[in-house]
Amino acid sequence: MVKKMKIQRINAIVKKEMKKLTRVPATLFMALLFPLVLTGAFGLAFGGGNIAVDTTYTIGIIDLDNSAWSNLFIGNLSASNVISNQFYESNDTAQADLAQGKVDAVIIIPDKFGASIDSYWLNPLNASTWENTTINLYVDLGSLIVSNALPPLIQQILLTTLYGEQALSISQPVTIGNLSGVQASHNTQFDIMAPGMFAFAAIFLVLIVAEGFTEERTTGILRRIQLTPTTPAEVITGSTIAHMITGILQTAIVFFAAGFMGFNIGTDAIRILFAFILVSLLVLCNVGFGLITASLAKSLGSATGISFIFILPQMFFGTFVPITSDITKLVPSYYVTETLTSIFLRDAALTSEVVLYNFVIMIGYCVVVIIGGIVLFAKFGREK
Amino acid sequence: MKENGIKVVNLLKKFDDLIAVNDLSFEVKSGEIFGLLGPNGAGKSTTINIMTGLLHQTSGTAVIGGYDIKNKAHKVRELIGVCPQEPAFYPYLTGRENVEFFGNLHGMPKKFLKQRTDELLEMVGLVEGATRQAGKYSGGMIRRISLVMALINDPKIAFLDEPTVAMDVQSRRATWDFIKKLKTQGKTVILTTHYIEEAESLCDRVGIIDRGTLLALDTPRALMKEHGAKDLEEVFIKITGRKIRE
Repeated sequence: MVKKMKIQRINAIVKKEMKKLTRVPATLFMALLFPLVLTGAFGLAFGGGNIAVDTTYTIGIIDLDNSAWSNLFIGNLSASNVISNQFYESNDTAQADLAQGKVDAVIIIPDKFGASIDSYWLNPLNASTWENTTINLYVDLGSLIVSNALPPLIQQILLTTLYGEQALSISQPVTIGNLSGVQASHNTQFDIMAPGMFAFAAIFLVLIVAEGFTEERTTGILRRIQLTPTTPAEVITGSTIAHMITGILQTAIVFFAAGFMGFNIGTDAIRILFAFILVSLLVLCNVGFGLITASLAKSLGSATGISFIFILPQMFFGTFVPITSDITKLVPSYYVTETLTSIFLRDAALTSEVVLYNFVIMIGYCVVVIIGGIVLFAKFGREK
Repeated sequence: MKENGIKVVNLLKKFDDLIAVNDLSFEVKSGEIFGLLGPNGAGKSTTINIMTGLLHQTSGTAVIGGYDIKNKAHKVRELIGVCPQEPAFYPYLTGRENVEFFGNLHGMPKKFLKQRTDELLEMVGLVEGATRQAGKYSGGMIRRISLVMALINDPKIAFLDEPTVAMDVQSRRATWDFIKKLKTQGKTVILTTHYIEEAESLCDRVGIIDRGTLLALDTPRALMKEHGAKDLEEVFIKITGRKIRE
């Protein structure tokens, strides 16, 4: 009889939480719509959904030479399909546009450009007869991609202009063979980010749990529940089950949305089930962090603030932000992202050492955090 | 003391240097409506919080329905229903869902819970509003649903902490009728109030409390007679030299 009554209480709390999820717009957005919007936005931004990302760089050109060679060079720039040309009469105007980000780089073709190439072809083996000249290239240093990618690209186009297409197919005694070992079957930026996104959505449960418990305490409803035979364990169990359901729903949304955006989650049911179990452990961890937050917070505002102490490190160290420091190993989301990356992108077996090791770490992390959260909340969280 | 009675002996509650409840002793008989009358901050709610196990006393004992609250709080909670001064409820649940939620927390059988919910909603005039989310209720409706939430488990002992604060006259009268019905059902009711007419109309006996100390305890009629007063307000003035709602 006692056992049945306990289930009745836990069931009532779970149902109440699920009603909150569907009826309170802020909770609904944070729990379910946010992961959907996030996955969709990242998918569109980083090449998911087989959407070709239009990568072109606009280059400002000041042609001081206006020779057949300079026209060929400019033509080769356009022919690369990566560069779009914009012509300027003066360096000042071009530099002003570069400073404002209107162009990604500025090239000044010197007046002796054509003469220089002609002098080379007249006597290619005698450098002392060449009329040397320099192309000035200014790149947008505010963009890491532009400043790294453009100089070698333009250098390559310059070589093509000088030597023709054969410049790109010079015979070499040593070549790199076909890539093997790790199959690079997923190649968009979104594919690489997707495993981190599964973890990302679960991280925000800290906020939902912390705000939920703090609000119940500050409005006096938790105190009112204390006046019934309901035990703290039943309250926390009911709430944890409800948040587990929310977390699993979140994960399912991200899985489907990522799949829709082109991420190949595969058809191996065991792998997908394992991924869900792993993310569920992360959900449980974050419920624990939420309980710890609610124990520390005195008001709803402080609960929101303290939540980010747990959210931000997990977000930056353990999802899709590429950080190589060992500090990432302090957050649970790292182990989930790393494992999901291994099984979905690297095709690692579920029985491989790294997958099992991360799984065990997550179980340990989860047990410590959830027990810590329950103890703290039962002791300090119900009354302030 | 009978099964559903209350016995409080030398109850003391200190918050650091502040004495909130000072050596309080009284008994409440089973089936009695007992009022704690006093101004805001007199110690009424603190006394209720100790008797319901929300606060631990500094010293003294409180035995509720035969169980010492200090050691048997879980047993006491099976007997009691508490309507807090600040009506706490879930705004996103309907009135009925709020009531049924608390019924489930008390472990009530499903059939009885539905029957009891219908009965109580009818009694407080909330049948029609019961399907609306409680967050959209008026102040009076919130008070009434809070009362139903407190009494859904058909408690033997009901603690009603200022149950009619902020109610309009009509709702207050309806609530008084509701509390009187509890007496006919043999319930023990502890009522805190600072409304003179509420204490006079409802309570079998009244304890006048101020600054944590019980100043007088008797039936309203006996108190008025003893102090030669026309109402309990005058009794309070004669004892303390102040009005209840100063």
